[in-house]
Amino acid sequence: MSDPTNTVDFDRLKERALFVRLETLRLTRIAGAGHYSGTFSAAELFVVLYYHQLRLDPSRPDWPDRDRFVLSKGHAAIGLYPILADLGFFDSAQLETYTRFGSAFGDHPDMRKVAGIDFSSGSLGHGLSVGVGMALGARVQHRDFRTYVMVGDGELAEGQVWEAIMAAHHFKLGSLVCIVDRNQLGIDGPTEEIMSAEPIDDRFRAFGWNVQRINGHDLGQIVGAFDALATADSSTPQVVIADTIKGKGVKRMELDVNWHVGNLNDTDYEAVYEELVQGAGL
Amino acid sequence: MSSRGDSGSSHAGTPVSEGQDQKDLFRGASEDGSSPRQGSEKGISRASVPAFVAGEELAELAKDDGRIVVLTADLASANRLNDFGARHPDRFFNFGIAEKNMITAAAGMASTGLMPFVGTFAAFAALLGYEQIRTDCAYPGMAVRILAHHSGMSMGYYGSSHHALEDIAAMRAVADLTVACATDGNQLRAMVRASLDLPGALYLRLGRGRDPEVYSTVPDDFVFGRANKLRDGEDVTIIATGSEVHPALAAAESLTVSGRSVRVLDMHTIKPLDVDAIVKAATETGAIVTVEEHGTIGGLGGAVAEVLADRRLGVPFLRHGVHDEYVEIGPPAALYAHYRLDAPGIIAVIDEFLTKG
Repeated sequence: MSDPTNTVDFDRLKERALFVRLETLRLTRIAGAGHYSGTFSAAELFVVLYYHQLRLDPSRPDWPDRDRFVLSKGHAAIGLYPILADLGFFDSAQLETYTRFGSAFGDHPDMRKVAGIDFSSGSLGHGLSVGVGMALGARVQHRDFRTYVMVGDGELAEGQVWEAIMAAHHFKLGSLVCIVDRNQLGIDGPTEEIMSAEPIDDRFRAFGWNVQRINGHDLGQIVGAFDALATADSSTPQVVIADTIKGKGVKRMELDVNWHVGNLNDTDYEAVYEELVQGAGL
Repeated sequence: MSSRGDSGSSHAGTPVSEGQDQKDLFRGASEDGSSPRQGSEKGISRASVPAFVAGEELAELAKDDGRIVVLTADLASANRLNDFGARHPDRFFNFGIAEKNMITAAAGMASTGLMPFVGTFAAFAALLGYEQIRTDCAYPGMAVRILAHHSGMSMGYYGSSHHALEDIAAMRAVADLTVACATDGNQLRAMVRASLDLPGALYLRLGRGRDPEVYSTVPDDFVFGRANKLRDGEDVTIIATGSEVHPALAAAESLTVSGRSVRVLDMHTIKPLDVDAIVKAATETGAIVTVEEHGTIGGLGGAVAEVLADRRLGVPFLRHGVHDEYVEIGPPAALYAHYRLDAPGIIAVIDEFLTKG
């Protein structure tokens, strides 16, 4: 758990967010195509979770009291693997195999193959239900870990998400935290045009959740939101709705549906790499 | 509300009459739950015993096994899992009518070290929850046990929305999923006990909760994947599962009287399938009839057919079940008679099969 009295090293977090984006570029190149933009939208959220918030011990990936993180929007795993490697869950050299035959690392994460992945994901709409189960598991076994679940905004159209939202309130799962990566785009266009989700905050509130809405690229706001979470033994589930920009950090990708899945040619790769390092878009 | 006017609760409903069929559908015991045996006047072979004993069995096992939790979806009184809830309220979770969330949440619970037993109608577990069973339970290897009750057409006149005649076919296509069918309450107890040591996910198919007794005591030699030879014979083997084991046995007895020598296998586990028992049956009796309260496409019959084809065992073979249709409206007993899934029906089917040569 975070200690609000600690000084947060924001320069370090910012540098790690760049690391996530550059690794996403690198790994996509190995695969030949990848989910750049939905990973870039979550980069700051990932780094605050893994370098600030989660109670973890990389030497014990099965530690029963660790905080759980479920990446319900599993297609952003490409941004999560490098963090797990960086923290020491596995040797980062293994990432060279990304998506190649026999690799542990696919586009969507497999908990049986990758240390540090708390649950396999990929089929949207399931992750919050997994989180409900994990939070109940904590209660039954008298453990005090928290469960964090990151969902996409397009994913909110899945009915099962709302079953889980109802259940989390009904079972009073104060240890459950949902993070909505509100990056505004689905595959076919703007989320609000495909299947509108707003008002997301009012909807969660109406279902009995505590709601915070923040700029999901502002490291200070993300840290502040997590620090403001009620204690895990409270009785109200909590959601952090993070307004983000799909493709954040690379101008040509920002809010462009054509970059949901893509691949950069060599020339563009160099240009995008340089743009990220310069930090112009951040 | 008019579209829901037939019942207050869309899944369970509330029996509007106190007729025997209603009780049979929703109760494992008599109305007050006090009498374990019913219908003795119908004769020993049709003695009905409460088969919804999972809740009671789990309540006992949970005293020594802290992993056990029980989940249901507004059906705790129908499937008698409230027998567990009454004794372990902190480990009992009613998820309301939200089966997908329940099954996935069970997987999440299993990931923290628990062993959830999840009970709901087979139609909703297997068909509504198919992806959740496959993607969230089987694929990650979660120790979730699905108690899929009221399978087949045992919901009778509740209709095809509440029938599960496809679940064996659907479930056995899922990798890393054990699929088994309990024939009576005693076998169910044995299965529940054995499941405590079973790795990965389990789909357990149950009948209507008032199933005639095949096993007079809880079998102490139950092993998932090993068929039980309930009677030996030389002319033909009936391979049955779940609710059809009892009528298949009765049919075999009757056929024996009329000069047919019939082997009966209780193929309680569909996956992993007891291939050796099937090969032996084919080579030793020379003919096989599968009997299941399920469609004839992809279920037990399909599984046995695959074995016979793979092993090039070209013996006379028949799949008996429901042939690619939605069944008529009617009480269960009338449906079983119509589809020849009761003992007289099976006798007729076997007679025709053997006579045709």
